[in-house]
Amino acid sequence: MKRFARLIQKLEQSNKTNDKITALVDYFNDADDKDKIWVIALFTGKKPKRPIKSALLKYWAIDITQTPEWLFSESYANVGDLSETIALLLPPAENTSDLQLHKWIEELHDLEGKDDETKKEFILNAWNHLETQERFIFNKLISGNFRIGVSNKMLVNALAKQSSLDSAQIMHSIMGKWNPYEITFHELINGVHVNTDNSWPYPFCLAYALEQEPEKLGDISEWQAEWKWDGIRGQIVKRNGELFIWSRGEELVTEQFPELYFLIDVLPDGVVIDGEILAVQDKQVLSFSTLQQRLNRKTINKKQLEDAPIGFFVYDILEFEAKDFREHPLSERRAVLEQLIGNLEESAVILSPVINCKSWEELAELRQTSRSINSEGIMLKKLSSHYHSGRKRGDWWKWKINPYTVDAVMIYAQKGSGRRANFFTDYTFAVRDGENLVTIAKAYSGLTDKEIKEVNSFVTKNAIEKFGPVRTVKPELVFEIAFEGIAESKRHKAGLALRFPRILRWRKDKKADEINTLEDLRQLLESTF
Amino acid sequence: MALIEFTKRGIYCKQGDFYVDPWWPVDYAVTTHGHSDHVRFGNKYYLCHTLTKPIIKRRISEDLNVETLNYGESIVRNGVDISFYPAGHIIGSAQVRLEYKGEVCVISGDYKTEDDGISDVFEPVKCHSFVSESTFGLPVYKWQKQDAVFNGIKNWVSDNIDAQKTSVLIAYSLGKAQRLIKNLAGNVPIYVHNSIANLNEVIINAGVNLPDTIRIMPETTKDELQKGIVIVPPAMRDSRWIKNLSHPVTGICSGWMQVRAHRRWQSADAGFALSDHADWPGLMDAITATGAEKVYVTHGFTAAFSRFLNDSGIESEEVMTKFGQEDDEENKVDLAEQNDNK
Repeated sequence: MKRFARLIQKLEQSNKTNDKITALVDYFNDADDKDKIWVIALFTGKKPKRPIKSALLKYWAIDITQTPEWLFSESYANVGDLSETIALLLPPAENTSDLQLHKWIEELHDLEGKDDETKKEFILNAWNHLETQERFIFNKLISGNFRIGVSNKMLVNALAKQSSLDSAQIMHSIMGKWNPYEITFHELINGVHVNTDNSWPYPFCLAYALEQEPEKLGDISEWQAEWKWDGIRGQIVKRNGELFIWSRGEELVTEQFPELYFLIDVLPDGVVIDGEILAVQDKQVLSFSTLQQRLNRKTINKKQLEDAPIGFFVYDILEFEAKDFREHPLSERRAVLEQLIGNLEESAVILSPVINCKSWEELAELRQTSRSINSEGIMLKKLSSHYHSGRKRGDWWKWKINPYTVDAVMIYAQKGSGRRANFFTDYTFAVRDGENLVTIAKAYSGLTDKEIKEVNSFVTKNAIEKFGPVRTVKPELVFEIAFEGIAESKRHKAGLALRFPRILRWRKDKKADEINTLEDLRQLLESTF
Repeated sequence: MALIEFTKRGIYCKQGDFYVDPWWPVDYAVTTHGHSDHVRFGNKYYLCHTLTKPIIKRRISEDLNVETLNYGESIVRNGVDISFYPAGHIIGSAQVRLEYKGEVCVISGDYKTEDDGISDVFEPVKCHSFVSESTFGLPVYKWQKQDAVFNGIKNWVSDNIDAQKTSVLIAYSLGKAQRLIKNLAGNVPIYVHNSIANLNEVIINAGVNLPDTIRIMPETTKDELQKGIVIVPPAMRDSRWIKNLSHPVTGICSGWMQVRAHRRWQSADAGFALSDHADWPGLMDAITATGAEKVYVTHGFTAAFSRFLNDSGIESEEVMTKFGQEDDEENKVDLAEQNDNK
């Protein structure tokens, strides 16, 4: 545990990726193999068995420190993290322990099925053997996630550097299905498990936003242009007679989309295709708000199937004839894909069309029509490019159309959580409706730290009312809110809801009487039908 | 009748007709210490500790009319006996003890209970009523012994030197900077920003024993700085000057660094929980030691701290002041730094 605590400290003591990778490499060089497995598991969101509810941890901490419950809550509000609040609140430990991370996890595992008294004794004893930072980690093992600014990519790069193995291969391995209680470190990074598992997906190739003129990319003939679809990125895997659908969040979502089940009979084995899950009717893409009716549902009824039929727009092939196909250039991959998908007539699976243009100007003009087909712009992919793992600058670009914007005034503010626990960072915005203000969106991103501090001090000084954590503030600060779409909504007082609202900029130059009206938004809503 | 009242201008003693740390100009300002949220420009007379006098003259104006007291000494003003006791916050920081017809009130200003090696150690004073800060008045704020914190800083510095990085510590010019200098002095040379060097000069001239430091000059090389410890005030934090150093890494020394959320909020690399304010046990010990019947709680977690005192059987009341609200102190000190730099 001490070695892991030192790693966390090193990771926290730098904002620079290189320093973090160095810390990880150092760790993988000298930590225990079984500990390493768990560090990879924890950093990629796999959780150990958790035989104790976090409410019990809190209760026991309150009990042994004799802290009134309300004071615990005040402390928690300031710290923003339960594990950390408990770690800080406890009296200093009287002993130390050299028990390794994986041993702690095993001991926790063994508590399963024991009575609360036994569990309590174990936890209290553990707390009394751990320093504050170790306690924090220990509590996290039981009740939380390790969000400490280590992305999968960073972790993989460190492992690749330490083991001299290929990073794409390692990404594969750790994204596959594996059990940290059983696998060895050697097996994991060499990917022994993924060969026996039919489901494993490839890391998605991601694009950067195009911030320059497209002319700077060179001759348009070297590029493939496609529409950028506004749905759920998906990867469909067909191997050994089994079909799997993965979402971008590395989640298996196969069950949610019965319209795509037929692929099990149509696709040959050893095929992985990349595309966008969308609401589609008569081969036309429907709005994102239609798709939304189908997301994150446990069961789907007939009406939902009819109202929001699902389709899959395919744009790439990553595995063909059971071989990794990603090193082939896009032009070749596209040709294979057209042969494979092109003949699936009348189906929900459609080849995402390529836009043929002779010049960048022509393409720029077409781009302006994106919204009419529920696209959010254009994707540019270099014809000679490989399918990269993750985000890589240069070969794939998203050239989105500008978002919609509205000027709105802030009327409520709320404190954030975690890193933002002590600042008012979550704001609710309103537009004018005659004499009244009506709320249209909540947003909590888009300001710099400095601006947040400024808004924070405004809120502190101009709070009118207090509803729990929410402050009603004088409607004075005007912000430009960007959003991707607009839909009717019965749940909101305004009768409409904005999709993906975020703060574009603080309009210090505008006064509250210069903001947009609800009527402006209604007109926009009508124009999008 | 109570000895003090809380007015728009600040803490006022009617019997003696003077204020303690007022934030609007008054005739007679009793001053606990030299931080800018406690002492302002424009008062006719100032009364402060002997060591605070050169500091406020340097920071505010040479023209101030300042009377001084040493710890334990007293003067009488309109029948009210005023005396100073060490507050342990920074050099020259004082608790103000007022006595009138047997009634005793102590205004702590800012204080900490741990010996920092450079300020006189906090001394509890028996009183009937006590005005306490509560900057860190939540039980999650319990400081490690300063030796442990300084060992952490020293290890960080030596790791940085090995990795060819420049260690930059960000600390208030008055107080935190001198505490760092006193406790980090040793094998590694310490380089300080102009505003800190100026204050050091004032403090050394007043007779305080401070280890040697090197004032950063235009001709100081990046190579020299990389092999030393660089201390700069908060106003310099995001400056180009730091970015241009050789592989700079920044560290903030503040009690807020106790909590991960605050550490991550700062645009610094490392955070060290080192505070010149009392932690939760320190506040509780100090208050118990005064034996006060009534405790007024000013800046910080006033509501929670005051409620806890009341629940514990110590009568307490929250008081709104303009003393450093949560993280405002830093900003205010920043303004002072800017004045220094002019």
